[in-house]
Amino acid sequence: MMKRKWIILALVLIVPAMLFTVSCAKKTVSTEPSTTDTAADDAARQAELEKQAELDRQRQLEEERLAAERAEQLKAEAVTRDLAMAKNRFLNENIYFDFDKSVLSYQAQELLKEKAMWMRANPDASVVVEGHCDERGTNAYNLALGERRAESAKTFLVNLGISGARMTTISYGEERPLDMGHNEEAWAKNRRATFVIE
Amino acid sequence: MIFNRWIVLWSVFLMLLPASVSAARYNYIDISNPFLRKTPIAVPVFKVPAQDPAAIRTAESAARRLAYYLEFTGYFTISDPGAFLEDPQAMDITGAGIRYRNWTVIGAEMLVTGGVEIHDGEAQFELRLFDTVKQKMLVGKRYRGKPDDYNRVARRFCSEVVFAVTGSRGFFDSKLAFVSNGTGHKEIYLCDFDGSNVRQFTRHNSISLFPDWSSDGRWIAYTTYANKRPRIRMQHVKEKRWSGIDKPGLQAVAAWVPGQFKLAASLSFSGDLEIYLLTGNGKVIKRLTNSVGIDGEPTWAPDGKRLAFVSRRAGNPQIYILDTVSGRVQRLTFEGRYNTQPSWSPKGDRIAYSAMKSGVIDIFTIDPENGEAVQLTENQGSNEAPTWSPDGSLIAFSSTREGKSRIYVMTAYGTDQRRLLTLPGEQTNPKWSPNIVTP
Repeated sequence: MMKRKWIILALVLIVPAMLFTVSCAKKTVSTEPSTTDTAADDAARQAELEKQAELDRQRQLEEERLAAERAEQLKAEAVTRDLAMAKNRFLNENIYFDFDKSVLSYQAQELLKEKAMWMRANPDASVVVEGHCDERGTNAYNLALGERRAESAKTFLVNLGISGARMTTISYGEERPLDMGHNEEAWAKNRRATFVIE
Repeated sequence: MIFNRWIVLWSVFLMLLPASVSAARYNYIDISNPFLRKTPIAVPVFKVPAQDPAAIRTAESAARRLAYYLEFTGYFTISDPGAFLEDPQAMDITGAGIRYRNWTVIGAEMLVTGGVEIHDGEAQFELRLFDTVKQKMLVGKRYRGKPDDYNRVARRFCSEVVFAVTGSRGFFDSKLAFVSNGTGHKEIYLCDFDGSNVRQFTRHNSISLFPDWSSDGRWIAYTTYANKRPRIRMQHVKEKRWSGIDKPGLQAVAAWVPGQFKLAASLSFSGDLEIYLLTGNGKVIKRLTNSVGIDGEPTWAPDGKRLAFVSRRAGNPQIYILDTVSGRVQRLTFEGRYNTQPSWSPKGDRIAYSAMKSGVIDIFTIDPENGEAVQLTENQGSNEAPTWSPDGSLIAFSSTREGKSRIYVMTAYGTDQRRLLTLPGEQTNPKWSPNIVTP
């Protein structure tokens, strides 16, 4: 179909072009004694025109191919960006807990579902689930509490079908606060489980 | 000075230690609270042979050191030398010629006399303790050594004095382990009982926490992130030897069993934190607790059979006692919603712990039999991690009362609170050693 259209288009272009070329050629030719017969001339011109049309067609095709390629590339970039964003979210979006608690809130569970999706999409990744506490309370108890927090996040993912063998837990208790402040805002940020890719 | 209550308490103590020496002589200190009324004691400069300047220096240093150690115990108040009626260099020191009235008149109920002689670089110290009220000698000791050994002599003799008046050997051969972050990393440090002779014990450039001494004083178990994961190490105090526990997961606070090369520690390898009994080389002997949730921070009764620990089984951290023979568990603390860091007194009669109320942590002691608790710190920052001196007379702890967390010491009744040492960074998790000079 396309080919036929092209041929029609080429003819539409070629006929006037032929007339033009003829008139032009005549001028150049007239300076020299005419030795060739007009039939041969016409055939050559015809061939030249066809060649030109073919080149145009090729150029058009090339442009189309490039455009498609660019679109493809943009799409790939977007996918990579999405993947990177997903990975970033996986690593940087923490699970937060209430004081002296290791139970998962609704938000924590939603976030963990997202993390499970990422782990399904990245079946080769092994992760460390870190459990942390705020500075309040005593450090030995907080070490145990941090372990509980990491364990409860891990257990939730296992229940979503992620292999427990891909996850280890580590508690830092109150030893590695994110926010060094001594107020509820800082404490809330520090009572967390974070994910690290091994 | 003689209290009827004391006799009752002593008979209890004798039941615990049937082989103990006859203690009926030691009626000088009220055991129920010996720190409420301190015994005034006079420590005149020790006597030296006429005009021996070297001996005078040693005698002065030794007497000053002895007075410092006596005061450190919390049992004594040192009589003002300006009030003395006797000339220390002229008085009798052997007992026969002591004018007791000249001491009782200035309020000194006890008197330490000393003599120092130095011959060919060898010093001889002759030290005596007198009861000026009863007019009799309680302790008489002779020590030989270098003149510079006066510090050790003072400690030895002070230990004798404490034994004579309390029936207990005191803590003069003990040390403390603690955590300090002065290097930018939490490392374990050691010091003498009075905060002197500080030395760094670990160099992991990591996080190291919760030191605990074996009862022969040769090993310290602690938790460290030296190999990334929180693991317990049993490390020799003097030699470059250590062993670990080959179990995954969290390995938290360790507690050596009194008199044995075994320890309790909470491990999470089963998926849940439980307390286990382990050999000193880190092999699991058996599991001691069995309840879902946090079980940790074990501390042994001196009998090595009962174990106090922290559990969240009731919904918030409380202290429980496990009888490892019968397996029975009893809840000990019911006040408040955050009771942690139990530390069983080496005398067995109290458990110190810390309780948090409205974000502030304070130290309490509780009777393990009837659950009656006494608050020892109040309104002075957060006070944490109590640990008993080996004779059960003092408690060291960390406090933020001056801003940064530092190590303090107080009597078992909460009196005489004072800072033990000043170091760069913050100090936490003190742990008192047994009363043993580490070989």
